[in-house]
Amino acid sequence: MIKNSLNRFVPSHPFLGVHPLPPQTFPILKNNTQTNKLRDNLTDVIKELHLKDGAVISFHHHLRNGDDVLNRVMKEIAQLGIKNITLVASSLFEVHHPLVNYLKDKTVTKIITAYVSGPVAQAISEGWCEEVCVIHSHGYRAHMIASKEIEIDVAFIGVPTSSPLGDGSGSEGPSACGSLGYAVVDAMYAKKVIVLSDHISEPQHIQIKKEWVDVVVKVDRIGDPQGIVSGTTTITKDPVGLNIARMTLQLMENTGLMKEGFSFQTGAGGISLALAKEVYDWCEHHHIQGSFISGGITGYQVDLLNAHHFKEIKDVQCFDLKAVESMHHNPNHHAISADDYAGPTNEHNVVNQLDIVVLGATEIDLDYNVNVTTGSDGMLMGGSGGHCDTAAGAKFTIIVSKLVSSRLSVVVDKVITVTTPHESIDALVTDRGIAIHPRHQALIQHLKENTKLPIKTMQELYDIAIQLTGKPEPIHFDDRIVALSMYRDGTLLDVIRKVASEDFK
Amino acid sequence: MNITQTTQAGTLESNDILVTLKPNPEGTIEIHLQSVVLKQFGKQIKAIILSTLQNHGITSCLCECEDKGALDHVIIARVESAIQRQL
Repeated sequence: MIKNSLNRFVPSHPFLGVHPLPPQTFPILKNNTQTNKLRDNLTDVIKELHLKDGAVISFHHHLRNGDDVLNRVMKEIAQLGIKNITLVASSLFEVHHPLVNYLKDKTVTKIITAYVSGPVAQAISEGWCEEVCVIHSHGYRAHMIASKEIEIDVAFIGVPTSSPLGDGSGSEGPSACGSLGYAVVDAMYAKKVIVLSDHISEPQHIQIKKEWVDVVVKVDRIGDPQGIVSGTTTITKDPVGLNIARMTLQLMENTGLMKEGFSFQTGAGGISLALAKEVYDWCEHHHIQGSFISGGITGYQVDLLNAHHFKEIKDVQCFDLKAVESMHHNPNHHAISADDYAGPTNEHNVVNQLDIVVLGATEIDLDYNVNVTTGSDGMLMGGSGGHCDTAAGAKFTIIVSKLVSSRLSVVVDKVITVTTPHESIDALVTDRGIAIHPRHQALIQHLKENTKLPIKTMQELYDIAIQLTGKPEPIHFDDRIVALSMYRDGTLLDVIRKVASEDFK
Repeated sequence: MNITQTTQAGTLESNDILVTLKPNPEGTIEIHLQSVVLKQFGKQIKAIILSTLQNHGITSCLCECEDKGALDHVIIARVESAIQRQL
């Protein structure tokens, strides 16, 4: 094991600090001009692929918790008795619980993903996956696939509207899910691309191009569009959360970055969405127009666009149906690929143009490292998604959270797993105070002198929290490493160990 | 004092705890705790429940608690309310 720059021990490729990768471009070689791609029997299509043991297959997560594609395909593959599959899924949710059995019977023996929650995450933490899994960022996934660091044998892509030749759109059809940003890279670079669609028709806005696609399978349904609305896409009604949003806006104002043409991204959590509403009112009041909003998009960002408070939305995934609608109808609401969003070797990626990003955290430690990968009980329950990508790219990165929630303090001595390194984090806003990274001494001074914001040190916030909750017992782990927390340059931030066996009976 | 009937206080909302007191034929205090933070705070939560019961002179009861991450003062308040409802 090697010690990385965060003092974490990793088996290889230690993280050595936030250093941008040199720009690189990867040619798209795919040019399938066949005219007879349309099929109607998924079972036959999968049989004819002659997948071998150890194959690498990929899926996207734009249908989120309504996704039917992964489960249907995996069922067919399992029935064929193929083993040792490496699953490259952009994210995995509760709906993907049948995978647990495929881990147990060794159909799947490795998972590479940006985010995993629910029963699959628990199964990995309990050691059911034979090989060590990889939890990376959205941006690194794009690079990994384009650079062929991981070669995908077959990409199975659920597409809400596909032409018989494979031109595809995410924002049209009965299962519309909006942007197909994460799937685009798979479609460009996988050896074989199988589109599954429940709506065969010529799309108006093409996100997946026909020359990338080998087979189009008409299925009865690819998923449940209601399932793409994540459970958190409503503004918090909690006065504590609303107050955090108000303080965050005030902090943003004082960074000096909120001027004509500023860019902004926020997550889909309740506090983040309340902040989107605060930004709306602020733009209205100050007559300032921002350039773009990026990321996963909800109706609240759509409101900002419709009111002309921002010129453009760069949308890598839609969190609710209002975002899906907007993408289809509003010419300034653009779908972007994961690579254009956060690709670490893509010179023109969106995250590098961001002024301010506001993100959540499960834990943040006295050194400002953030964990969104494991829960406070040590169990895998998430992953970077775009967390470390946007935090690295944006000029100012703010974490918002209640200080204490369900007896757990967001501020901890040491995070269980590092997802985003301290270098990329600038501030934490909580209901009990705001901690600004000590590298911003001038800002700290300015805020103390010119605002009533409760500026504290991270240590002070930690002490307040521990006084309320008591000191938590340390979490016990087995020695076995079940997953790696990979940074957006491919180096290792941390390892995730199997939760102690006596703890999950 | 023995607990002679079943009483309850609290809710299953986040940051709260549902406390149910029942008679215990064994004549001792027995605490069954389920908690979302069992690993981190199980011992502390049990200790605060026990001391609250003892402070109110309870010598025998079955105390079933379903905790959603309540802080100590909430736990004390819920246990006290459940005791008051015995009267």
